[in-house]
Amino acid sequence: MKNPAAKLFFAVIGLFMMLPVIVIAGVALNAKKTLVFPPQGLSADWYLSVVTDPAWRSALLNSLMVAAAASAISVAIALPLSWFLWRRVAPWARAVQMIGFAPFILPPVITALGALSFWATTGFYGQPWTVIISHGIFFVSLPLVTITLGFATIDRDILEAGMTMGADDKTLLKTVIFPLIRPYVISGFAFAFVLSLNEYIVAYMTVGFTLETIPIKVFNALRYGYTPTMAAVSVVFILLAVLVFGLVARFGDLPKLMGAWSRGEGT
Amino acid sequence: MRRNPPQKPADYLPIAFPAAMLALFFVVPFGIMVAISVFKRVQGGFYEPAFTLDNYARFLTPFFGEVLMFSLALAAIVSVVCLLIGVPFTYLLTRIGRRYQVLWLITLLAVLSLSEVIIGFAWSTLLSRTAGLSNFLVFLSIMDKPEAWTPGFGAVMTGLVYQAFPYTVLVLYPAFSRLDPSLMEAARTLGSSPLRAFWNVVLPIMRKTLLATFIIVFIFALGAYLLPQILGRPQHWTLSVLVTDQAIYQSNMPFAAAMAVFLVLSSLFLVGLSILVSEKKGIGTP
Repeated sequence: MKNPAAKLFFAVIGLFMMLPVIVIAGVALNAKKTLVFPPQGLSADWYLSVVTDPAWRSALLNSLMVAAAASAISVAIALPLSWFLWRRVAPWARAVQMIGFAPFILPPVITALGALSFWATTGFYGQPWTVIISHGIFFVSLPLVTITLGFATIDRDILEAGMTMGADDKTLLKTVIFPLIRPYVISGFAFAFVLSLNEYIVAYMTVGFTLETIPIKVFNALRYGYTPTMAAVSVVFILLAVLVFGLVARFGDLPKLMGAWSRGEGT
Repeated sequence: MRRNPPQKPADYLPIAFPAAMLALFFVVPFGIMVAISVFKRVQGGFYEPAFTLDNYARFLTPFFGEVLMFSLALAAIVSVVCLLIGVPFTYLLTRIGRRYQVLWLITLLAVLSLSEVIIGFAWSTLLSRTAGLSNFLVFLSIMDKPEAWTPGFGAVMTGLVYQAFPYTVLVLYPAFSRLDPSLMEAARTLGSSPLRAFWNVVLPIMRKTLLATFIIVFIFALGAYLLPQILGRPQHWTLSVLVTDQAIYQSNMPFAAAMAVFLVLSSLFLVGLSILVSEKKGIGTP
């Protein structure tokens, strides 16, 4: 970009995006337990307390565990579904795909209230594993999008070649198809993982009173006043998201995953 | 490999698990929620099977009407603001080098994935008297003494735009990155200034995409459940906040469920509208 006005526009948007991060990263450096910016006296204690304080550490571990298990469920649902949609001609299967997208398009309170109604009716309300299943369903759409995109990039001629050489469906799946879509599976997992880590309302309506995840703990802390640890943990979460998406970009084609056509393709 | 219809029962196996999971843990819960919406509330936070439309009748109260109007107006303003900033931003974003595009996409995705709790907390800090932006303005001698800018309508708007802006850009991104650059070149060759060419060529081509994006972002903003609570006063609560409040704090599940059903129907109506709008040319193809 050569236009100075466009440069200024980008700088302003960049500042708008970064400002909250800069301020909470700063207030978490305060030496005392005060909410002031710029920080008075520097101390890294609050950042350390994310892992040294038993309550925050256990919330962090809960969040990581829920996110890992939930995104595994999301992928386990999305992978066979998108494979089926790609391999078979079955218009009715589109309906299943639409249901997979629904939780992400509809306002999140709907999924949350549905989950609450369901777990309360079946008598499992409050069980720690309920949030894993509900998150797994809530975030199916992310691996569904990335893996469907992955299948769309496979050149069907390669498979014809494989079949001519005598490979059956199973061999093709293992030796050709899976290696080709692996990056899309991994990025789908990564997207679901980061969003599950940060998800509040579904977690709150399923295990809000029995299992503390980081967003639930930050919200509870917010209601009862301010602790610098919540600023520190927020910064850790932002960095975690940047790290995960950075890795996706490093090992995959992020613009293409976001729907851009790659160079030389299309128009 | 050619696609063919499933023939043997075994061919259906791959879709059996996904379909069963989605049916059991999304369709069934949804059905239960619809059922609860016609149940009767009993004191003590429970409800009993019944068939009553009382919960829906409460929609006719002035209180509900006000919340509904406020929610719709707020979502519409947020969506318009996001498009006003997001359209030129996305257009320029798809014209810069791929390396910078990747950096921006990482930033946008990171902000988009942030918990509403964290966004709410961060902006309430940023707009507070002790740690907020107003201190900076005092430092620059623009203001006399620091002020608290939260809670308030401005704070709610800022938080919601912050949350919805990355979403807007990512929804617009595919269409803009597929826009044929030769159109702009043609307009430029014929003597248009870049701004005029953007206004007269790019925007008209993108009309349907923009309308569809407006609806998608509108639904997204309608879904905000915490920001109005953290950054606003009770009069700034939206339908989503009210659903949470009724379900958890007022223990009125039937009314919460009825509002949720209403929210689903209005969202589905809007989704249908957005599909209809972009029907002839998909969202992705300008």
